[in-house]
Amino acid sequence: MALYSEKVMDHFLHPRNVGVIEDANAIGEVGNAKCGDIMKMYLKIKDDIVEDVKFETFGCGSAIASSSMATEMIKGKPLSEVRTLTNKAVTEALDGLPAHKIHCSVLAEEAIKSALEDYENRKNAGNQ
Amino acid sequence: MSIYADHAATTAMSEAAIEAMTRCMREYYGNPSSLYRIGQQAKEVLEQAREDIASVIHAESREIYFTSGGSEADNQAIRSAALAGKKKGKNHIISTAFEHHAVLHTLEQLKTEGFEVTLLDVHENGVIRPEEVEAALRPETCLVTVMYANNEIGTIQPIREIGAVCRAHQVLFHTDAVQAVGPLSIDVQAENIDYLSASSHKFHGPKGVGFLYARKGVPLLPLINGGAQEKGKRAGTENLPGIVGMAAALKETVAERDAEAVRLTGLRDRLIAGLKEIPHSALNGDAEKRLPGNVSFCFEGIEGESLLLLLDEKGISASSGSACTSGSLDPSHVLLAIGRVHDVAHGSLRLTLGRENTPEDVEYIISAVKDVVSYLRGFSPVWRDLQSGKTPFIL
Repeated sequence: MALYSEKVMDHFLHPRNVGVIEDANAIGEVGNAKCGDIMKMYLKIKDDIVEDVKFETFGCGSAIASSSMATEMIKGKPLSEVRTLTNKAVTEALDGLPAHKIHCSVLAEEAIKSALEDYENRKNAGNQ
Repeated sequence: MSIYADHAATTAMSEAAIEAMTRCMREYYGNPSSLYRIGQQAKEVLEQAREDIASVIHAESREIYFTSGGSEADNQAIRSAALAGKKKGKNHIISTAFEHHAVLHTLEQLKTEGFEVTLLDVHENGVIRPEEVEAALRPETCLVTVMYANNEIGTIQPIREIGAVCRAHQVLFHTDAVQAVGPLSIDVQAENIDYLSASSHKFHGPKGVGFLYARKGVPLLPLINGGAQEKGKRAGTENLPGIVGMAAALKETVAERDAEAVRLTGLRDRLIAGLKEIPHSALNGDAEKRLPGNVSFCFEGIEGESLLLLLDEKGISASSGSACTSGSLDPSHVLLAIGRVHDVAHGSLRLTLGRENTPEDVEYIISAVKDVVSYLRGFSPVWRDLQSGKTPFIL
């Protein structure tokens, strides 16, 4: 038996949406290097829709795969939908993760939440 | 392309060992404890294996006890010396911070039973200092246990000097020599070793078998009670095919040891030189006092598990001390013990070369590791911050 599902390996070996968005208007970063996982999400939001999303991840195979899958799941989606994305949905989309790797999918959910928070903060700052 | 570069984890079975085991299973199925001929023939085979193994480490055959492997041997040696010490009111044990868990967890258990344990500093180069062993000795010290060579970073410890210190102070000395038996020449007499643990599958023998050398006269208690096998120190019918395979594998390894050590050291040093070309990388452990086949590196800005998976995709089997490969949140205790901070220890890679590896393998590994490290750094937020100067480089 392999360590990871085929889906996880596919997203790990061929990660989608890797990179940086220079003019992102929502950036979220979670995790820390001490624990061995850092995820950074760059979102370009327009008219309450995630027009584009890219990620950078320092972490294990499942962290990279979770980031990749999460970006696919939110790209082109309205914020109302993006806000409801859970780590469980990411894990399921990956056909499961080993028990001790579930936290990687949690990081993906948190990275998106953190980016949305950044978006709200920027908006509020702009309105002031 | 398939390159096995994880010989510290386990080794491929030697053909000589497979043949010896197959023959043993066919021809010597008798129980060595039975008095009739086929039992006694099996007994002879068992004792021949014991003699062959004893001679490799300059021991007497009656000082060799067969076990299920290195972990059992470690447990038995440490527990025996500790309990004998306790009876004399001695409850202090000296060890090191980067022992194998078979030793560290046994010591943890003994702490709950009233023992005090001093773990010596292993320093940045991963080599302990005999004078620090001497300084840590107390009147109530009953045991010093120091590994012969470290399983992750390959550093070879000054066993002869530590043995001399222990002998001078009449303290029992155990060494976990799981990584050393086979590649290194060991003389338990000259090195004043009282107990030594070894594992067969590290030197091309079968898994599930090993041995404990216990100098005659030292305390030895059984972990497994039952029949009178192994002079009452290890009950249970002997794993004869395993023992015979272990002896055959060891004889073969020792016969080619000197030439193999020279060859592997050459490959190792070429691999180290090649990987050093990767910016912000560092070799773990002393460059010279290390096992012939061991190469251990840390690469800043990347994580070890993803590195291993990508190397596996390129046909290279290696290992890492990252948290994600250990199943815990902390990276390897060995890397932390030599002073690597968490951030860097997560990006570790261990390549251990052995019998089948060639110079071509080494060149392929160098180029594959370079590619993979640079690919992973390409989308690592940690690397971005290091490069932009937001956080300072450690390596």
